[in-house]
Amino acid sequence: MAAGSAPLGGHPRVQRPHLSKMERMVVTMQDPDQGVRMRSQRLLVTVIPHAANGSDIVEWLIQKYSIAEDEALHLGSLLVQHGYLYPLRDPRRLELRPDETPYRFQTPYFWTSTLWPAAELDYAIYLAKKNIRKQGALVDHEKEQYHQLRRRISHAWDLVMMQAREQLRAAKQRRKGDRLVIACQEQTYWLVNRPPPGAPSVLEQGPGRGPCMAGRAPMVRALRACPRPPPRPECSHLPRPYLKFSSQHGPHDPIMSGCLPTGGPGVQLRPPGCASVVRSPHPENLSFWEACEELRHGGQARVPALVDAVYQQFLAPGAARWVNIDSRTMEQTLAGLTQPHRHVLDDAQRHIYLLMKKDSYPRFLKSDLYRDLLAEAVVPLETKRRVFPFTRKPRHSSPSPALRPASASGEPVGGDGDGET
Amino acid sequence: MDQTFLVNVFGSCDRCFKQRALRPKSEQLNYCSLCAEIVKATEGLRLSQMLSSYSQSILCLVLAVHQVAERVEALGQFVMKTRRTLKGHGNKVLCMDWCKDKRRLVSSSQDGKVIVWDSFTTNKEHAVTMPCTWVMACAYAPSGCAIACGGLDNKCSVYPLTFDKNENMAAKKKSSVAMHTNYLSACSFTNSDMQILTASGDGTCALWDVESGQLLQSFHGHGADVLCLDLAPSETGNTFVSGGCDKKAMVWDMRSGQCVQAFETHESDINSVRYYPSGDAFASGSDDATCRLYDLRADREVAIYSKESIIFGASSVDFSLSGRLLFAGYNDYTINVWDVLKGSRVSILFGHENRVSTLRVSPDGTAFCSGSWDHTLRLGWAWAAKREL
Repeated sequence: MAAGSAPLGGHPRVQRPHLSKMERMVVTMQDPDQGVRMRSQRLLVTVIPHAANGSDIVEWLIQKYSIAEDEALHLGSLLVQHGYLYPLRDPRRLELRPDETPYRFQTPYFWTSTLWPAAELDYAIYLAKKNIRKQGALVDHEKEQYHQLRRRISHAWDLVMMQAREQLRAAKQRRKGDRLVIACQEQTYWLVNRPPPGAPSVLEQGPGRGPCMAGRAPMVRALRACPRPPPRPECSHLPRPYLKFSSQHGPHDPIMSGCLPTGGPGVQLRPPGCASVVRSPHPENLSFWEACEELRHGGQARVPALVDAVYQQFLAPGAARWVNIDSRTMEQTLAGLTQPHRHVLDDAQRHIYLLMKKDSYPRFLKSDLYRDLLAEAVVPLETKRRVFPFTRKPRHSSPSPALRPASASGEPVGGDGDGET
Repeated sequence: MDQTFLVNVFGSCDRCFKQRALRPKSEQLNYCSLCAEIVKATEGLRLSQMLSSYSQSILCLVLAVHQVAERVEALGQFVMKTRRTLKGHGNKVLCMDWCKDKRRLVSSSQDGKVIVWDSFTTNKEHAVTMPCTWVMACAYAPSGCAIACGGLDNKCSVYPLTFDKNENMAAKKKSSVAMHTNYLSACSFTNSDMQILTASGDGTCALWDVESGQLLQSFHGHGADVLCLDLAPSETGNTFVSGGCDKKAMVWDMRSGQCVQAFETHESDINSVRYYPSGDAFASGSDDATCRLYDLRADREVAIYSKESIIFGASSVDFSLSGRLLFAGYNDYTINVWDVLKGSRVSILFGHENRVSTLRVSPDGTAFCSGSWDHTLRLGWAWAAKREL
């Protein structure tokens, strides 16, 4: 939980950068000229200086960061929840109210980054003080904690009680206003670090990150610099490729056009356009490409069998679906087949892909199938707007893909039939 | 090889209208060499889209090819809200993944529960209890027949999904596929159910064969925990990107195991990486409260998505279908939606009561799902407001 040792390269990890950002924000808020409007707050008979209204805080956040009110309120609430602001009245609830409720800024001594992790001893002293002051009337969870601590650090309990009494005595000698403020500050600190049950803990972190010497894989190659690719010419119109892509796809981006989810049927293995490739003079190209994909992404155990099948069907002289690859690639591929592995057909696959791109695709653009698709394409978006499938729950659910039997198009089925129903 | 003579014809290019040396094209169109390359590249993009997509709507894009917008149009007003809430996890939701059927999703949580939901009916279809806590990674198999998950047990396990009530799902689990020496932070199936790619707190990524559990390739290079990974969408490409606690995002070649590109501009841990839909760029979200876009061809960072009022780290990022919007979930319980091209924020979404730990857009791009430490998952999608304007 505490900062880990410096990693390779000697750059210490900054723990929880959001805390330092919050601190900077809070310091800016306290600036006498540019900060939040401060005023003295009257609490019963005491006057507490440098307090700010909830509404002033929200207003300041809106002005400073050009955000809307809901975001400003949310941001302010986070500041309070992390203990950088505390309410003067009813300090048990750490929330920001956008009204006349007065708040003050936490002293840097009690900032999470300064005093963390919270020490058990300090908590024991705090509870002991509270216990003495309230003569045993602690809140449930605090009472429980108090007894637990007493059992756990019984050896140091005398020290705890002594410290508690000492601090209470010193507090009595302060002015009432200071006493109130210090009590609020301390209470806020402990609310953040020891939240009552049910309240979310803002300081909770996931599993520890950062380098730990145990369990680190051997870093033999870690320090070697990555090979840099050859320098590419500086592109002055960088947004253009993204412009082009997004504007082409934008009109059909369902989340932007408000298209509702329809829970479409399962996956088609081949998009309709491929039908034309299949019907073209060289249908074996697509089949070959698909077979190569299956080899690359399929199970290790099937590699020898698949390679053999591909050779028999596509590459052997006189094969039923012989693919037209140039002689050099064919030579290399055939040589590689003696030691079959997942990537042995990569070069051939790339060649066929480029061939399809240059040959079959332009023909597809001119075909009837494409023209029909275009005609159909204009309609779907318009009709979808009228149908609201979400006004009531769908009566029947679509069958889970796990229930469907293996499709005839040879889609790889997980697990060789294990667990298939 | 046939050698054709290159005739140097000078004239006006039909695309950019500049006076250049022309390369005659077949259909009475003359392009200068630069435009010829651009046209070829866009054609190639269209073909790869055609070959890799599964829905007819993508093919409609070809319509828009002839209407390439030269100026970035401002996005219209649209409102996004939480439409469905999935309740059922008893503890923090850490990770989620969509099934390719665009409807089911799997989610994992801190208490070891992994649940498969039907997002439309909000019913739970399967539930598995892992023997470990903090299940930080889960993935749905492309076929929809299995799920993979792992976390503090340092392993990735694959569970086939079964509807037979007599079979106990935990008992059907395959022996652990991946074995690391530290926690598992991310996992993803490659194009089939047979291979799985994992990232771990031990600083490495690895590619495994599901059937045998064999390690096919390992990727060393990160100087600290690897927190996330994403596979490139390209069909001919064989790469993936990973991000780690060393503030680096690294692009790897899956075949050789080598790092081909590295980017180090973030100021803190990179929690999430996601490829841009065309595969030419990727976005990353980090604890330094920024998201950044890196271009692979230009080999550098090209955009930063940040705001002074956003001070909590981004835990999870994903693009909309067209790549125009970037959804990012933050540790301050909000989701910010960024305009990728303009770099400005489009929308901020409230609703979660604790940090957003995971966020994914559905495969057909109609909805997004976010999981949070407040034990819930929320599904959101947009209503277009005032389309007549």
